[in-house]
Amino acid sequence: MSSTFDTIANIIAETCDIPRDSITPESHAINDLGIDSLDFLDIAFAIDKAFGIKLPLEQWTQEVNDGKATTDQYFVLKNLSSRIDELVAAKGA
Amino acid sequence: MRLEHFQLIDRIIDISVSDRKIRTEATVPSTNTIFEGHFPGFPLMPGVLLIETMAQTSGWLVVAVNRFERMAFLAAVKDAKFRMFVTPGQKLSVTAALLHEGSGYAVTQASIALGGKSICDATLTLRVMDFPNHEMRLKMRETAARVGFPAEVPANG
Repeated sequence: MSSTFDTIANIIAETCDIPRDSITPESHAINDLGIDSLDFLDIAFAIDKAFGIKLPLEQWTQEVNDGKATTDQYFVLKNLSSRIDELVAAKGA
Repeated sequence: MRLEHFQLIDRIIDISVSDRKIRTEATVPSTNTIFEGHFPGFPLMPGVLLIETMAQTSGWLVVAVNRFERMAFLAAVKDAKFRMFVTPGQKLSVTAALLHEGSGYAVTQASIALGGKSICDATLTLRVMDFPNHEMRLKMRETAARVGFPAEVPANG
């Protein structure tokens, strides 16, 4: 069974045509991989389906806009993986 | 279709918020200046307008699911296929089903049929956000009333 990060990385590689080996846990989806908001909708759709969750993109965006969070907290892939793990765990609780 | 107003849906025939499905009707005008150019001597409904017809049908579904609190804006079109020519005067049956409700976006599968035969389909992504202003929401309510948006879908949540 692949890790959360591997699943995300594979989704990003396939959705955005980014070489898989250039995607690391330290990669920032926006700043390093150049993924824009429209492409991220495709990624969110694939993640939602793959994990059976609903990524709270609007909440995250609001927190960043309000200065309550940084984009690193949600869009560095190791952090995104942790957020997804939390959402999956909360769903099963 | 009110092509000059870019309002392509004539009537909502059936909508089910619980089933996340909608069916609308749209009749291609018999005459329109669009057909003078597309194409001279061989008038065809442009494929981009068929996509817009599916997008507007999907939009009404998303608006209904969001109880007229939020608006849908077309963001992406995938796998659009046009299987037959559509000509002036034809009555189209348009359907859309909500595949996924994400945070701030929705994905629908939409199609258009003519005489029971599917003529085009696509997967659409729509951004879902609050109405940009009160005036737009009022105007959308007017259009909703014209196309038969069901009264039981609350206007104010």
